[in-house]
Amino acid sequence: MDAQPVKSNAPSRELLEKIFRTAYKIRVFETEGIKLYRQGLVRGYFHPYLGQEGIATGVCAALREGDFIASTHRGHGHCIAWGADIRRMVAELLQKESGYCKGYGGSMHIADITKGNLGANGIVGAGTPLGVGAALANQIKGSDAVTVTFTTDGGSNNGTFLESLNLAAIWNLNFILVIENNGYAVSTRIEESTRDTDLYKRGLAIGVESHQVDGNDPLAVYRLTEEAAATCRAGKGPVLIEAKTYRHMGHHVNDPGKYMPEDRLAYYKARDPVDRARDALVQMSGIDAGEITAIEAEIQGEFEEAVDFAKSSRELTVAEFHEFVAQY
Amino acid sequence: MREIMYRDALREALDEEMARSSDVFIIGEGIAERGGSYKVTEGLLAKYGPGRVRDTPIAEAGMIGVGVGAAIAGARPVVEILYIDFAMLGMDMIVNQAAKFRLMTGGSGRVPFVMRTQGGTGGGVAAQHSQSLEALFYHIPGLKVVMPSVPADAKGLLKYALRQDDPVMFLEHKHLYMTKGLVPDGEHIVEFGKADIKRPGKDVTLIAWSNMIPRTLEAADELAKSGIEAEVIDPRTLVPLDKEAILKSVAKTNRAVIVQEAVRRGGVASDIASIIQEEAFYDLDAPIEIVAGLNIPIPFNLELEKASVPQKDDIVAAALRSLHAKPLALAAE
Repeated sequence: MDAQPVKSNAPSRELLEKIFRTAYKIRVFETEGIKLYRQGLVRGYFHPYLGQEGIATGVCAALREGDFIASTHRGHGHCIAWGADIRRMVAELLQKESGYCKGYGGSMHIADITKGNLGANGIVGAGTPLGVGAALANQIKGSDAVTVTFTTDGGSNNGTFLESLNLAAIWNLNFILVIENNGYAVSTRIEESTRDTDLYKRGLAIGVESHQVDGNDPLAVYRLTEEAAATCRAGKGPVLIEAKTYRHMGHHVNDPGKYMPEDRLAYYKARDPVDRARDALVQMSGIDAGEITAIEAEIQGEFEEAVDFAKSSRELTVAEFHEFVAQY
Repeated sequence: MREIMYRDALREALDEEMARSSDVFIIGEGIAERGGSYKVTEGLLAKYGPGRVRDTPIAEAGMIGVGVGAAIAGARPVVEILYIDFAMLGMDMIVNQAAKFRLMTGGSGRVPFVMRTQGGTGGGVAAQHSQSLEALFYHIPGLKVVMPSVPADAKGLLKYALRQDDPVMFLEHKHLYMTKGLVPDGEHIVEFGKADIKRPGKDVTLIAWSNMIPRTLEAADELAKSGIEAEVIDPRTLVPLDKEAILKSVAKTNRAVIVQEAVRRGGVASDIASIIQEEAFYDLDAPIEIVAGLNIPIPFNLELEKASVPQKDDIVAAALRSLHAKPLALAAE
């Protein structure tokens, strides 16, 4: 007898396509963004999210409108997964007035509080208390919104990790802390910065429901986040998720990442989250190769259009800057 | 008008603003059931419930950061830090997060965050519980710095702070909580950036804030015995600073003495002095005097603690030096 597919648990084509589109969009944004950086069009720092796409993609797909996120210094992926307009993102990288922060913030500070994005952060670990604060604000306002903070293995060694997660725990906040454990804090291997590299256990120590997941499997991340959000909305939050992943390159664009062993990099590249999102879509929805190609071309075109938009946007004038400064 | 204590004035401000907006809430150590070490939040738990008046663990960085995050997300938190010294644990959240968010988002993000804390010397609580650290916050663009000296200002400024969309460092003084003063009945709001003349005069301008105001007023009384009419100006908010009021007074008296409890080096008084010399140099008949704390951590010994910060006699002496200074042209003769 043939096994019947379990329809209720099978992801819909719509969801699978959304996850692939998001992961692929992040991949294109980062790959093409690095090219813009190399051309000297993007200044400052650029911390690529390449290799970690599965986490932002899976997490954000499980959230709903009205929820909040707080990001890291490696924030483009979260921003895109949260539905940001990539035209305004590219414009911000190019320091243009049409950027999310009018060119005042740049790569590490893209935020959109009107959509519940509390922003990327130049201080490692700082998003955790800010996210807990948003969760507290929502609880006080009587909202069932969930706030997710993305932090890192580096951020988990910061004192506010424990301080604010503990506050979320004693107040049962709708808060999900996602640790993107990519194995490196800048160039320091996780084995050199902590004795127990299973970071989810830190949540267990203070009574927080905690899980570990393969961060390169966007569907697994999605499913776990969906459960965590439901736990929070049932008043049983917070939840900690440690998502294991790996960077595909150094800490930032100008870091060749020579300290990253090639075999380990190869291991993770063989488990590329974008490929896995594509494979899941193909295998579970029956989409044909032509449709996949069309989606990829569409996203590539969207990025190119964003670059044109950004390039044709103007920079703030010094006079406008002085007007803003006068308010300080 | 009623005569009430500084701490009661602060409580009235919190109470009225919590009643006015359900977005206002308070977190801090021992502020709920216990009502805070200085009894400012007493009774608010019973009135507004444990949702809006919350005790926290002793974790200042986390607590300040959570306040900042709540503000970014649209609530109006008041984070009470028992001693300003402990706010040092949360400096990243204050300096790198709260102060920067508005600019970093191109003006679209705002941070209606109030940190209430207290500083200053008194009572021998030694080096880690006696600092006057306003200059640290004064130095950081994006923060408002408020230092009320009397109950009416404490109430009016705190109410105003709770309606601001920018982070406010609301710095009280441990010695002022039980001082009394007249506070208007009903709605009483004091805008930021408006200095108050605590005593009018024409001979010398004495600029002071927080707990240096009562001491400077005593010095002015002392000077009055010799027929000297000192004008005492209280900026009330250091950021924004009402420099027009200061310059106007200096133009009238031609002399300026700035009094601060904080250590002299890198202090707010030095910055006010630089503003006066730059913008009112030709009004001056004497060098600007700064009366400030010694450049040391505060000692435990009560006599030495007293010797570390300006006293009435120090202020009187500075005013007299200023009054007796000969104009440069005459001195050369």
